[in-house]
Amino acid sequence: MSDVSYPKDLKYTKSHEWIRVTGDVGRVGLTHYAQDQLGEIVFVELPEVGRELKQGEVFGVVESVKAVSDCYSPASGKVVRVNERLVDSPELVNSDPHGEGWFFELEISDSGELDNLMDADRYDKYQAEEGAH
Amino acid sequence: MSGTGYIYKREPLIFELSAPGRRAYSLPSSDVPACDPAEVLPRDQLRREPAALPEVSEVDVVRHFTRLSQRNHGVDIGFYPLGSCTMKYNPKVNEVVAGLDGFANVHPLTPEDLVQGALQLMYEMQTYLCEIGGVDAVTLQPAAGAHGEFTGVSIIKAYLASKGQGHRNKVIIPDSAHGTNPATAVIAGCETVEVKSDARGGVDIESLRAVADENVACLMLTNPNTLGLFDENIHVIADIVHRAGGLLYYDGANANAIMGYARPGDAGFDVVHFNLHKTFSTPHGGGGPGSGPVGVKKELADFLPVPVVGKDGDRYYLDYSLPKTIGRVKSFYGNFGVVVKAYAYIRSMGPEGLKRVAEDAVLAANYLMRKIARDYHLMYDRICKHEFVASGVWQRDRHGVKTLDIAKRLLDHGFHAPTVYFPLIVPEALMIEPTETESRETLDAFAEAMARIAREAEETPEKVTGAPQTTFVKRLDEARAARQPDLAYRGDLPKE
Amino acid sequence: MVRSPYLPNTEADRRRMLEEIGLSSVEELFADIPEEVAFKGRMTLPEPLSEMELLAHMKRLAARNASASDWAVFLGGGAYDHFVPSVVGHVLGRSEFYTAYTPYQPEVSQGVLQSIYEYQTMITRLTAMDVSNASMYDGASAMAEAALIACAATRRTKVVTPLTLSPEYRETIRTYLAGQRLQAVEVPYDPTSGQTDLAALEKAVNGDTAAVLLAHPNYFGCLEDPEEVGRLAHAAGAVFVVAVDPISLGLLKPPGEYGADIAVGEGQPLGNPMSFGGPYLGFMAATEKLVRRMPGRIAGATVDQDGDPGFVLTLQTREQHIRREKATSNICSNEALNALAAAVYMSLMGREGLVEVARLCLAKAHYAHERLTALPGFSAPFSAPFFKEFVVKGPDFAAAAKRLAARRILVGPDLGAGYPELRGSFLVAVTEKRTRAEIDSLADGLGGKA
Repeated sequence: MSDVSYPKDLKYTKSHEWIRVTGDVGRVGLTHYAQDQLGEIVFVELPEVGRELKQGEVFGVVESVKAVSDCYSPASGKVVRVNERLVDSPELVNSDPHGEGWFFELEISDSGELDNLMDADRYDKYQAEEGAH
Repeated sequence: MSGTGYIYKREPLIFELSAPGRRAYSLPSSDVPACDPAEVLPRDQLRREPAALPEVSEVDVVRHFTRLSQRNHGVDIGFYPLGSCTMKYNPKVNEVVAGLDGFANVHPLTPEDLVQGALQLMYEMQTYLCEIGGVDAVTLQPAAGAHGEFTGVSIIKAYLASKGQGHRNKVIIPDSAHGTNPATAVIAGCETVEVKSDARGGVDIESLRAVADENVACLMLTNPNTLGLFDENIHVIADIVHRAGGLLYYDGANANAIMGYARPGDAGFDVVHFNLHKTFSTPHGGGGPGSGPVGVKKELADFLPVPVVGKDGDRYYLDYSLPKTIGRVKSFYGNFGVVVKAYAYIRSMGPEGLKRVAEDAVLAANYLMRKIARDYHLMYDRICKHEFVASGVWQRDRHGVKTLDIAKRLLDHGFHAPTVYFPLIVPEALMIEPTETESRETLDAFAEAMARIAREAEETPEKVTGAPQTTFVKRLDEARAARQPDLAYRGDLPKE
Repeated sequence: MVRSPYLPNTEADRRRMLEEIGLSSVEELFADIPEEVAFKGRMTLPEPLSEMELLAHMKRLAARNASASDWAVFLGGGAYDHFVPSVVGHVLGRSEFYTAYTPYQPEVSQGVLQSIYEYQTMITRLTAMDVSNASMYDGASAMAEAALIACAATRRTKVVTPLTLSPEYRETIRTYLAGQRLQAVEVPYDPTSGQTDLAALEKAVNGDTAAVLLAHPNYFGCLEDPEEVGRLAHAAGAVFVVAVDPISLGLLKPPGEYGADIAVGEGQPLGNPMSFGGPYLGFMAATEKLVRRMPGRIAGATVDQDGDPGFVLTLQTREQHIRREKATSNICSNEALNALAAAVYMSLMGREGLVEVARLCLAKAHYAHERLTALPGFSAPFSAPFFKEFVVKGPDFAAAAKRLAARRILVGPDLGAGYPELRGSFLVAVTEKRTRAEIDSLADGLGGKA
């Protein structure tokens, strides 16, 4: 997994979600490290459009054949769009975690919160340590 | 399709064998006046089209299910060392007696005077389990181990509530526990608190002290635990939980290891469940039925589900008079047919025989552990009980062969694989339970297969990662099964 | 000295095994059991019996029970004396099936897995539901778990349980609800029809209602109006759970056609002996939408490495061994062998046979109803249509039961225990096994003929 470079334009959580901010809208997904740990993803539970999420709140789960993991929102805001393609093709989370495998978009209500998140360099170090356990 | 010969052909689904008009039943013609469903039943409630069940001949049915049976491993075919599942031999006489007319063909609501034999058997079984578990009262109602857990934790909650301790809703569970324990606690309305295992594989005493507070309902413990290790601190653990005002729940999944050497009730456990389909030799049936009787100490006896079987002079009766009962957990009195088999087993073995069962099970596990330790890592290298947990980390790190591959390769060697990736605290876990019914020669053969696989992992790892090669189907795509669930036949099966 | 045919290792084997371990006695293997808790005595259990002695003992016990081979069983109330074709026992006796564990290694468990897949398919076809699991403990616990699913799915806390559900089902459901502080709301029955009181049901259902449960036919054998009950449940956003008699589905409209979200039932009538109350199987089928909330094992079809079809346990992340404290249920062992019996039974009866069994039950039950309610002093308290079971009101059940015992006939149960207002009324269940002669004898015995 050391051959993966974490995109610089994303921010990362300790629970291995990422967020890409464009204007007021943040697009959320799961990191390469997380999908690698879970293995073949078979199901993603997405939040409903319109749901208000708080930073750190569980918005859904991601499942592989033999594991299940809660997913936490990297920011507060209202869900405006979900990635419907994951319903039939959850494997996109494995094949392109930082791109096609995104989960949902939300209207960020408090951009100040984003300062709590890690940048790519810090996350890279963080996940390397996690992986060493 | 792998292999050759007729036996390797795919067995069609029973629906694929169907042909209109074919039949596999014979029923008598009606000897009562005709009765038109459209006249005696509301028309809008009638089924328009019969259910699309197969139309096949009796020969079709017999051959189909016989061939399916041949595509299956069972204890009667060979060694089945699934850890924590106690896949011991299932005595045939027990099948015979459970099939006796006077057991198999008896309606559960037959008046008590006409089922004295069945009630006597249940009463005596309650007594035997009290003795084996060191408890005072037993219910035979729960249908399986997890059902027993739910019953037991419900009893504990009801008992605590009756003592003004209804606020207690924490259930302490070691990190090595079976998944049923935390699931049970939550279904029964409690919260779970996990305690770590210590370096010797037992409950970490300091961690336990830290969580044993005024909100503890109980500690659920399997002992020996899923690592196959007897918790040497059990009396200390019991003391800590009891002092905090909580109770002790014994998960009897691994009781095969201690019969005659320790009784959960003596060790401070207040509630105990037994897995008759593990400890007492009743067959697992491809996933069930099981039977999960629950035993309790005196103070908790009033909370058992009803009915229990009582005895008045020479007469046995169903006792519904427990005023504080938690109610029922299922219809009728439990999986009676399974209880009959377990009863027959206890009567065959006697007290010394059951103790010998524990001895031989523990002896077999330790013998096998020593042999397997030559090639596989042991995280906890000490005397084990009825099972032990090896790890495939050496094979993974040195040769890129995973435990799953080792498990699949064992199938090629004619053995069922051990339980893998459990308990969760051991990486690449291989949980091996030989049971007392396997001869030394069988254990040697299994150890030899494990050694050979270790050599293969080193020399020809692709043989291991490509396994199995000799089974009816090759390695199955579980991710596809979960991504595109196909849970009922709708005219075609998945293709590549 | 212990001698058992189930313990293969000789004293010589044991010595060699101990040597390998580096110990000199078996007792040393138990040295880790602390003194404080070690059991030093000898268990007080009967001395071992040889196989011959065991058989004799068990036969003596069995002989003291009234079996359906010698008695005409008109008992109902949740277990039924249906015919079990010989093939069922033959297949279940295949020890490749009965000595297997849950199919954790699918490559050597295709027999069990394919049979579960076939069972699931048959249950979905019988009930006209989308998906079925591999089985639950019994009908009562299946309905209780269905209620829990509904509470989780709706995040509501009340479950409507009409009094027309079996008392045993209601007691089981209450136990399951109690832990999570969920509430059962009882609804009375119409004393004339014997059906659930729909006006009372409508009042009981509201925005807190997670599920409306219904048995159809109900405990009294009466057919309900499931379409209307389903409508009331759905209007309030509640889950509609129905328990059905699988044999009745030979004639009756299946739950999937009247809007059931979850269909459960006691599977015992499908090829399983009465066995004094168990083991039976609960079947559970649901709409596609609820599949990820289903408890227990589910088999699915997939392909192997060569692209050939095969079967596995699937959607396992729902289950306790993975989801642990977040699982929808704690069920682990199910009733796989009983489900196999059901699958074999449904294969044997097939499309036409199940209809024929249902028609025989219907005709015989209606003949019996006519005969019994024509007896002086006996009547039918309920007017609703029925399938194979019905209620009869008589002057003195206990005395009648005694007279019938002399004729080797069993009937009941007496409803007075669960429904004080129905004292003197009892259930009569008539399966395809009952002959006209037995029904006539039942009528004669009840009517007071010696």
